Amino acid sequence: MNFKRMWAMFTARNHEFFRDKAAFGWNFAFPFLIIVGFGLIFGAKEHQQFKIGLFSGETKTLEAGTESTVPLAFQQGKYLQFINFPNQTEGEQKLQHHKIDLLLDSRSPEHRYWINDSSPNGYIAEQIFLASLMKTSEKAADKQLVKGVQIRYIDWLFPGILGMNMMFSALWGVGYVVVRYRKNGALKRLKATPLTPLEYLSAQMLSRIFLIMFTLIVVWIGSDMIFHFQVHGSYATLALIFFLGGLSLCSMGLVLAARGTSEEFTSGILNFISWPMMFLSEVWFSLEGSPAWIQAIAKLFPLTHLLTGARKIMNDGATLVDVRIECLVLVLTTLISLTIAARLFSWNE
Amino acid sequence: MNQIIEVIHLKKVFGENTAVRDASFSVKEGICFGLLGPNGAGKSTTMEIVEDIIGASSGEILYNGRPRSASFREEIGIQFQHTSLLNFLSVKETLLSFHKLYQQPEELQVLIERCDLTPILKRRNNQLSGGQLQRLMLALALVNRPRLVFLDEPSTGLDPQSRRNLWDIVRQIKAEGKTIIMTTHSMEEAEYLCDEVAIMDMGSIIAWDTPARLVQAHCKGSSILLPESAFKMSLKSLPFLWTRRDKTIVLETSQVHEGLNTLLNLDIDLTEMAVHTPNLEDVFLCLTGKGLRD
Repeated sequence: MNFKRMWAMFTARNHEFFRDKAAFGWNFAFPFLIIVGFGLIFGAKEHQQFKIGLFSGETKTLEAGTESTVPLAFQQGKYLQFINFPNQTEGEQKLQHHKIDLLLDSRSPEHRYWINDSSPNGYIAEQIFLASLMKTSEKAADKQLVKGVQIRYIDWLFPGILGMNMMFSALWGVGYVVVRYRKNGALKRLKATPLTPLEYLSAQMLSRIFLIMFTLIVVWIGSDMIFHFQVHGSYATLALIFFLGGLSLCSMGLVLAARGTSEEFTSGILNFISWPMMFLSEVWFSLEGSPAWIQAIAKLFPLTHLLTGARKIMNDGATLVDVRIECLVLVLTTLISLTIAARLFSWNE
Repeated sequence: MNQIIEVIHLKKVFGENTAVRDASFSVKEGICFGLLGPNGAGKSTTMEIVEDIIGASSGEILYNGRPRSASFREEIGIQFQHTSLLNFLSVKETLLSFHKLYQQPEELQVLIERCDLTPILKRRNNQLSGGQLQRLMLALALVNRPRLVFLDEPSTGLDPQSRRNLWDIVRQIKAEGKTIIMTTHSMEEAEYLCDEVAIMDMGSIIAWDTPARLVQAHCKGSSILLPESAFKMSLKSLPFLWTRRDKTIVLETSQVHEGLNTLLNLDIDLTEMAVHTPNLEDVFLCLTGKGLRD
């Protein structure tokens, strides 16, 4: 391993990245826009809401709670959003297309309501509505509140979006770029030099991880100014887990790009890997309660371990010792992937 | 003279297509060796196998009498016909990047001056003209002070000035004792630069010698060209082998001065006369035919 040669490739790739203004800007803009977008959508109401459509049997549109027969307990229920419709037909159309979860005639003494039988949300909204019609004088259950620090949805989501951006940046920024270099002959030119595949691939990986960490810090600072994220663990440990996660994802990109000159085929493979990884690694939602085999598949992805570790540190205040398994998995996957990539790598085939 | 490269019974098969059938030749140290052939003859494949860019199906390549080792890449420089560089790097940054890949590189200033890169040092690779890019590629091929330089169709796409400039640089390189192996479609270039040429066709070497000896061996004599109007006599009585090319009569002769004397004795007007001396292109067409190749 010759570090001078590696350094030459590392700096060349960094120069190229920073000068490609379109790619450079997009790497910052994309995660930032997603975070801001989700912040705006979920900022005030961080959990799922049920949408209740209201219409009046009369021609006049009513405001919820005004001369209404809708139970007060239901009107004041949490996580319910009321939407007025001018007539029943329009409300039913929305219900049919899952735009709302429940439709109520707000002046019906019989409390007439409509649901879409194929909507799980409709079923839950119906149960909430029916419960609001019952008398609550009898104590049916003993309510207890969870103790400890409350975690906002945005605090849970934020590591997921950063991880997702890292994944796309690593897989496409390394995998796709290497295939493009192979196709246009840039790798063939390098093959004529003493540079070895391991040196070249390591330089590509380190360059990308440098850029990923740089992007991560800039996006973090920008987003934190708006959302004031809560980090209960150490920033250094958090940076370490993101660094190891980035290495693992980049090395995975190198395996995918070890051979081949077709950008179209590589795009297909990268999509084939990145989309399941995004959905199964708990970027957007938890897999808690999903079948065991899905959870087992999720554990194959480095992004799962990266996000588990990051959330433990950020949300639960975990220490390096607490996330040692995640760190170990990420280091091992990096070493295995890099070895496979160096073995399979071809400069020109 | 030491043989720096020996190619022994080289064969390369791509699927059902045999690109190189059975090629054998050797290159003496310090010469400029040209590998010529029509499109699809297998010369670029042969070059890439010798350069160790692709592997052979069978056969052997020796460098200084031994199989090529890891140090081979430290000692060779290659200018590829089709290759690319990082778009967003400047010429100087590209040179520096390649400079760091070698243990004993050439001084950058020497390279810059030799390949006339000073005016374009700050320009990005994707902003270079064809000639400027070729000069940069040549500089990269020389960045490690190579003993052996491969040039794959180095003058393709260059204007006459750039081509002459490139030829001067190649001659300078050769004068320093470096060995050059080149492919080209330009017979003029091969005659001007090469000490030895091998002509390939259908994946095999069909001729290999100095340009002068190849001409001598494959071309019988010179031709004297005269307009038909110069002859006031019957062409059938001419003591030459002759052919008609439009309104021009082509007379074959082994000795030009004897042919001219004969024509003068016959009182033929030589005002519009032209003499064609055989060259490498005639040898090439004679050996590979005049049919079009893909």
